[in-house]
Amino acid sequence: MAEVFIYIAAAIVGVALLLALYRFVKGPSDADRVVAFDVLTIISISAIVLAAFVEGRGIYLDVALVYALLSFLGVIAVARYLERGF
Amino acid sequence: MSMFFDLLGGLLLVCGAAFLLFGGLGLVRMPDLFNRIQAGTKATTLGTLLTLAGVVCLRPEWGFKLLLIGLFILFTNPISSQVLARAAHRSGTKMSDKTCVDKLEEDFGEKP
Repeated sequence: MAEVFIYIAAAIVGVALLLALYRFVKGPSDADRVVAFDVLTIISISAIVLAAFVEGRGIYLDVALVYALLSFLGVIAVARYLERGF
Repeated sequence: MSMFFDLLGGLLLVCGAAFLLFGGLGLVRMPDLFNRIQAGTKATTLGTLLTLAGVVCLRPEWGFKLLLIGLFILFTNPISSQVLARAAHRSGTKMSDKTCVDKLEEDFGEKP
């Protein structure tokens, strides 16, 4: 029974990724794109955890953890650049 | 008992995915950057935590790693959104017309 919920959740997460990607492509300013990138990475962490559950491999959780760490550092670096620039 | 945890985990997963969807929807629909930060980061933080809790209910042996991921998201996500909002405010992002109060400008005289 859990599989049905997993597939429904994966479909909803896919739609959320598409919405964030729309803002990432269209975003009027650079800061909009950085916000969309932040949201995309957070949604991707959920997607990676769901993939780990479907595949049954615990090693994917380490991928999700490292991905969270790198995306946090990336967002902080780009925010520093935005603050200094213009 | 296992049936109960299956049902609980599935419901938590669907709820978390729905919050992620609302975050993405807010990112598309909100009028200016600060509202997008507000909608995007809060809703997706809760959605990710609910999704992780659902997976914990379905696979209890992964609990420690999922707890680490959840704690990391809970600590870093507000920091990154706050740094982004401050950087956008300092680099002169325009607010929407309906915004009527700007405490950062009142307190420190930083023009948006």
